[in-house]
Amino acid sequence: MPMTALTGSRVRERRLALGLRQADVARAAGVSASYLNLIEHNRRRVSGEVLERLAGALAVPLAALAEGAEGILVEELRSAAAAVPEGPAPELDRVDEFLGRFPGWAGVTVALQRRAAGLERAVEALNDRMTHDPHLSASLHEVLSAVSSVRSTAAILAETDDIDPDWRARFHRNLHEDSERLAVGAEALVAYLDGSDQAPEQGIRAPQEELEQWLGARGWQLPELEPDGPGIAALMPDIAGLASAAAREMAAVWLRQAAADAAALPAAQLAEAVAASGDDPVRVAARFGVAVPAVFRRLAMRPGSEAGLVVCDGSGTLIFRKPAEGFGLPRFGAACPLWPLYAALARPASPVEAEVEMAGRGGRRFRVQAYCATRHPAGFGGPELREAAMLILPAGPRGAGPVLPIGSSCRICPRGDCPARREPSILGVSPTAVPVGG
Amino acid sequence: MASHVLLIEDEPNIAEAIRFILSRDGCEVSTLNDGSGAVAAVQDMAPDLVILDLMLPGQSGLEILEALRADPQTAALPVMMLTAKGQGRDREAAERAGVSCFMTKPFSNADMLASVRALMGR
Repeated sequence: MPMTALTGSRVRERRLALGLRQADVARAAGVSASYLNLIEHNRRRVSGEVLERLAGALAVPLAALAEGAEGILVEELRSAAAAVPEGPAPELDRVDEFLGRFPGWAGVTVALQRRAAGLERAVEALNDRMTHDPHLSASLHEVLSAVSSVRSTAAILAETDDIDPDWRARFHRNLHEDSERLAVGAEALVAYLDGSDQAPEQGIRAPQEELEQWLGARGWQLPELEPDGPGIAALMPDIAGLASAAAREMAAVWLRQAAADAAALPAAQLAEAVAASGDDPVRVAARFGVAVPAVFRRLAMRPGSEAGLVVCDGSGTLIFRKPAEGFGLPRFGAACPLWPLYAALARPASPVEAEVEMAGRGGRRFRVQAYCATRHPAGFGGPELREAAMLILPAGPRGAGPVLPIGSSCRICPRGDCPARREPSILGVSPTAVPVGG
Repeated sequence: MASHVLLIEDEPNIAEAIRFILSRDGCEVSTLNDGSGAVAAVQDMAPDLVILDLMLPGQSGLEILEALRADPQTAALPVMMLTAKGQGRDREAAERAGVSCFMTKPFSNADMLASVRALMGR
């Protein structure tokens, strides 16, 4: 029978509730009144035998006096105290007494502490998102600048009675300009934060998203770059239509790479090699003398291909995403650390293949193949650059091998028992949830 | 003699509003809309006060501030920095570099005027 530091408090609470005198209960339990007094004030640990006699004297089951989940709550109360470094110091030496005498208030304190911690994490996440998203930051700056101008100009017009007509006209014009700018900025910001595609032509998107949306709108097909096509020049007018200079630059790099892929892996020969190799990209790459990720790209971009493709750099940041239906790709932040993509990133030039099951309704399964290639653009003296790619294919018939449970990203993953979880999910799963109360 | 304020701000409408407010208060206001060349301009003009936007093309407000503080001629020159919310880290860096005061956008005209007067001891 577990006994905690609060056992004495419960004895006292029960005795007072029954209206019994300390001396009477002590006599009934066969202990001295002074010893019972020490027990009740949690200054003596009580033996199992004595506690049993006290339970009898107080007409309660032994468990009601002895057991308790409050050890965890005591720790949480201590955490709550530590989280408030300012102001009068809480009586940490009496935390057991507080929990024993006021279990309801202790529960409220713990619940508020948990809530505060949750909100702090949310603020941190939003702050992190803003700090690391230069497009969002730049958009907010644009809106704030327009608001500043409107506020100052409107105040001048409202508060200056003798304003010169030329100045007045100029400030009216400025107000009009800034209000237009504000309207456009606010709409774009809402579209961005909403994550919707309602205004793709003016939504604030990361350059990578712009490029991916452009490719997606073309069905991920670039027939112009095939050996018999007109080449990159035919796509340049399209590229010029991308909203940001960064997206146009990224698109140009992508097109050059896609053209090189098409030249090295012509469609007809690729289909033949895939069939001959038993659908093995590593063997296909060896046959053509190209890097494995190039084969992944060609396979994912084949007409009618349902395959998804993700590519990350050495930091694990996703730098390319072609979605596969049912395979959740995070828009912000890092992806699920269990993706075989990251296993491949840690072991360059080692093919990684796995059958995976995506978290969420339906639990779609996929066969994924991942591979990491390295480059040394500055030779012996320069850094090693890694780029890992993962081809996402619909799973075939269920095999006998293991299936790896994965998710999209921790924030939206419902798996409560994941050993790789790095942050709580907004879906509210928490394997370590502890009930509040005594 | 009128106090001379050098305003370095790339948002023309904000610059125009500030120029109007300070001119009516008796200041002579010069404006620059780019960070590059700002340090040399301060040294040439020798203003009584510099109002400096944090985010500027050419050279950032923080870099300009650091250059001014490194030059004995301008080390003690009052510098007001215009920042926007969400630039906490930049503000900390500006404080370390020796900024005289901050004005957070969007600001009220009365606050701007009061801060300018305080910095110039009026």
